[in-house]
Amino acid sequence: MVKVFIYPATSLILSDMVARFGHTPLSSATAIRERIQTAGLESAPLQITPDEPKKGLKWAAVEVPAGVRGRMSLYGPMIGECEAAIIINDADLAFGCMGCARTNELIKFLIHQKEIPKLELYYPKNEEEGVKFVAAIKRFLTELGASK
Amino acid sequence: MTPPVRIAQLSCGPEYSGIQHEIDAAAREVGGEIFFPDVALKDIRRDFDKFGLDVRSPDLKLTIARAMALVEGRVEADAVFIATCFRCAEAAIVRNELRRYIHENSKLPVVSYSFTERTTSGTLLTRMEALTTIARRRALLARETQQGITLGVDSGSATTKAVVMKDNRIIGTGWQPTIEVIKSAQEVIAHALQEAGITRDEVQAVGTTGYGRFLVGREIHADLIQEELTVNSKGAVYLANRQHGPATVIDIGGMDNKAISVMDGIPGVFTMGGICAGASGRFLEMTAKRLGVDITELGPLSMKGIGGRVPMNSYCIVFGTQSLVNALAAGSTREDVAAAACHSVAEQVFEQQLQEVDIKEPVIMVGGTSLIEGLVFAMGELLQTKIVVPPYSQYIGAVGSALLVSGFIKDD
Repeated sequence: MVKVFIYPATSLILSDMVARFGHTPLSSATAIRERIQTAGLESAPLQITPDEPKKGLKWAAVEVPAGVRGRMSLYGPMIGECEAAIIINDADLAFGCMGCARTNELIKFLIHQKEIPKLELYYPKNEEEGVKFVAAIKRFLTELGASK
Repeated sequence: MTPPVRIAQLSCGPEYSGIQHEIDAAAREVGGEIFFPDVALKDIRRDFDKFGLDVRSPDLKLTIARAMALVEGRVEADAVFIATCFRCAEAAIVRNELRRYIHENSKLPVVSYSFTERTTSGTLLTRMEALTTIARRRALLARETQQGITLGVDSGSATTKAVVMKDNRIIGTGWQPTIEVIKSAQEVIAHALQEAGITRDEVQAVGTTGYGRFLVGREIHADLIQEELTVNSKGAVYLANRQHGPATVIDIGGMDNKAISVMDGIPGVFTMGGICAGASGRFLEMTAKRLGVDITELGPLSMKGIGGRVPMNSYCIVFGTQSLVNALAAGSTREDVAAAACHSVAEQVFEQQLQEVDIKEPVIMVGGTSLIEGLVFAMGELLQTKIVVPPYSQYIGAVGSALLVSGFIKDD
């Protein structure tokens, strides 16, 4: 069983696929809803306190916006813990998204820095790409299991 | 029971900054209710494309879609609060553009703010109060003449002012540095009443504003206790005789600065800065002290100098003062140093606050610092316009308060 960080961390589909292949998804417990009635697209499930942006200083300096540091206090430890990662670029909002582009850049950079198995894909634009997309993820997750 | 004022929050980052509950608390305290305009996920892309600002952050795309829903009437609100992370360039662009878009395309009052994890409900309180006042008291703010005998008290962070008005004229004033909030208020009231030649019993209605408004208001049984953003706007256009059409009000205070875009005497967009003392009247007080002159002499002194001759390397009140001391030690004249200090304050307000409101003429400067000619001159140079300083500008809050509270006079 491998701990797999998924990006976007709010993707329930990715999280579910990782779990089905017997691995542990490292992700956010937030789903993107069809109607947005919260402050952000992926509002935190728990109350974030002003201490979280301070904890985030481990990953981003004080001149980095508080919202980035607050997010990093949640995702930074997951990135530290992960043994593999799946990154989906340019995903549709409904597939899963994270509200802050600057945080997203930092998260992807930190994952790229880690010497772990990674799968990086672009979100499919049509059915044919969709089939290849799912197959690539399945293959990656299967190989992860075999290597373990 | 009065229903709460519904304040639409357009934001990026407050939850992950840990300050959403502070925003909620500030709104609740002044009878407001924060809500997030409901938009469908599928509509975000459409609205965001239509607006045409190609930002990367999904939460900023959501914010744009929400602003469009408000302007197009798909979601109803009484006021708008735009908030994004401090130091985020992408968010700052969105914040400014949305503020302008909403102001130009709707009648909704807007305030924008950039927060850090240290933002508290206390910091936001006056801004929220102004939003709810504009939404709830439009009829009161529409008042253009003062009637009867009224008293206005402005309990500011640096000075306390009182004004007695009768039949649309100022007949008594009182002014002194704020030391003990209530005692200072009582003393300026006594002075204003004495100058007016009337007794407290003859006063028909009393209003308070400024930092100490609640404390003083309770003590003197005020009929109207109102924040200084709306009161000062009203006082400014009243004294400058510009009650109709657009105007911009600038009030550089002892502790914070206000820049307000006004239409027909009612604030539309406003900002309030209070992070840096280097951009406040306090810096000019320190400069006057260092130059060995009274604050009232700083203005004439600065008008004789050329600020550009003095290198100012910092906006900080401590290091800025050090620059002035160094300049004096290097042989700069007191006149040049005074002018440089005025320019420094004006430039900071120009760079940090006036970019957040739409500058429309006339530009009216009020508050005690508007009596410092060098500061008014520097601001006029930066804005390339002639600044209007109305009579009694240092009593602006007290005058606005006395004017507005005449709406509370009960018919006998």
